Amino acid sequence: MRSFEMEQKTTRDAFGAAVYDLAKEDPSIIALGADTTNNLGMGPMSQEIPKRVINVGIAEQNMMGIAAGLAASGYRVFAGSFAPFVAMRSLEQFRTFICYPHLNVKVAGGMGGLSASNEGVTHQCPEDFTIMRSIPGNVVVYPADTASCKVIVRELNKHDGPAYIRLGKLPFRKVFDENYHFELGKANLLEEGTDATIFCNGTTVSRSLQAFDVLREEGISVRVMEMPCIKPLDEEAVLNAAEETGAIVTVEEATILGALGGAVAEVLGENHPTIMKRVGLNDCFGESGELEELMDKYGISVESIVSAVKSVIARKR
Amino acid sequence: MLDSKQETEFEILAAEIRLETFRELAELGFGHIGGAMSIADVLAVLYGGVMKIDPENPAWEDRDYFALSKGHAGPAVYAALALRGFFLKEQLKTLNKSGTMLPSHCSRIHTPGIDLTTGSLGQGISTAAGAALASRILGGDNYAYCIIGDGECDEGQIWEAALFAAHQKLDHFILFVDANKLQLDGPVAEICCMGDIGEKFRSFNWHVQTVDGHSVAAIYRAIEAAKAAVGQPSVVVLETIKGKGCALAEEAAAKGQGIHHMLFPDQETNRREIARMEQVVSDLKAKRGSR
Repeated sequence: MRSFEMEQKTTRDAFGAAVYDLAKEDPSIIALGADTTNNLGMGPMSQEIPKRVINVGIAEQNMMGIAAGLAASGYRVFAGSFAPFVAMRSLEQFRTFICYPHLNVKVAGGMGGLSASNEGVTHQCPEDFTIMRSIPGNVVVYPADTASCKVIVRELNKHDGPAYIRLGKLPFRKVFDENYHFELGKANLLEEGTDATIFCNGTTVSRSLQAFDVLREEGISVRVMEMPCIKPLDEEAVLNAAEETGAIVTVEEATILGALGGAVAEVLGENHPTIMKRVGLNDCFGESGELEELMDKYGISVESIVSAVKSVIARKR
Repeated sequence: MLDSKQETEFEILAAEIRLETFRELAELGFGHIGGAMSIADVLAVLYGGVMKIDPENPAWEDRDYFALSKGHAGPAVYAALALRGFFLKEQLKTLNKSGTMLPSHCSRIHTPGIDLTTGSLGQGISTAAGAALASRILGGDNYAYCIIGDGECDEGQIWEAALFAAHQKLDHFILFVDANKLQLDGPVAEICCMGDIGEKFRSFNWHVQTVDGHSVAAIYRAIEAAKAAVGQPSVVVLETIKGKGCALAEEAAAKGQGIHHMLFPDQETNRREIARMEQVVSDLKAKRGSR
């Protein structure tokens, strides 16, 4: 089973650095934080171009409105705070004043999923995908590591309209390098296989690849696809996987209700009913603890993925 | 300085805004008459000359920005926009109807002249502050104007934005509080008493004025004073009467009936009200002609 080294930097650092790189080339880029500018990696940009890093204070709802006003005036805004506060506390502001007018505001949710780890349930947000994908016109992405995060931020900036990008807290495992390819609404094929397909993103990519290795040892051939965009979803990749491998497993550090697994199930249910299994938080809150421990405890372990793959393959026979 | 000719022009526009707003709501049969009527005068001053706008080019980059934070009074803004030529007055008849460019609450993507989507209370103040911030960073001379209600000040986000605008010294941000003293459920003072709103903003380091919200001259002077206040945002508390200038609404309010949202089912009564409002407009125009 392959192993992945832990990164030095976080996806929050990568996000801030990527926004800064964009800002150097484009004067219309502006960054906002709610007492979270340093936390979201905007520190270096703030020191060099302080006029374009605005700290609105601990006021996420106001931040969304300020972001809307700046975007309505022509700015391309990158705003962020912690996932539960942007995906829940200021959700209405994001939905009605940014998404409804389809403004250029990309919102980062740091400490998304379970990654707030020791901060506990108040700061965790495994519900963010489900909530954010329900809003018309919104884009929802989850980078797996720093290299892919930088590429994703750069590509997202080319998209006119709102987006939500989930970030972690501590460093993730390194999966990709600077050659990472991102296309909005497209999955990335990581491993080819014929017996089943795993769709994963973010922190579950490394685990899914490890599950691939375990299954290969046992003679089971699994396709592994990274699905960085929960929305728009690569429906073609889902339907091809259903057609070609006949069994699907979704793996995510999120609730299984209405997130990546839900999105995939919707596509399959309407177009190509296929045996599938959703691996993720099973309608429960997390708790305080280290991220990797929590993922193991809440059913997102390599063993759980292996077991889910075997179960869908068994059911299709 | 405001000369008497311009003052009369503002008064005529205010009367026309009231008339067209009433026509919109009567056509629909219901609507937020009270809070629309109470802001007609400030809208007349803003759209009648103070705001830099170009009906031929709503996206003109030197324009001023406006957010009707109390977005339910949108029909009054639509009346002002139509009267200024952003779109044909005929469009006003489509208010709230399927396919309209004039939704109940203001929408950036539907209506020429609307820059900032509003509707849910407590929000427009933040988006307007964002526009004022953009103007300052860009070094432009665009002003951002915003109208909130006194009941709307219950919303916590009003005070988040107030703190932010003062901290950022947004002196191109001019906020109006339509202090009509009534909210959906009844008197503001009885529901969650705001006390002295002006003092609250003063404590947030805003430049504060309180004026008669139905005096176009007082509103105009307040805007001039607000523009002269450097280094801080300005709030003008408009002492207003909910339903002002609409006899039907004023009479209902006098009987203690709620006029936040009113039904207009009686065509004959509507015709009388429209005739009365038309008379107000013609009297003002006669005053202009006789000068």
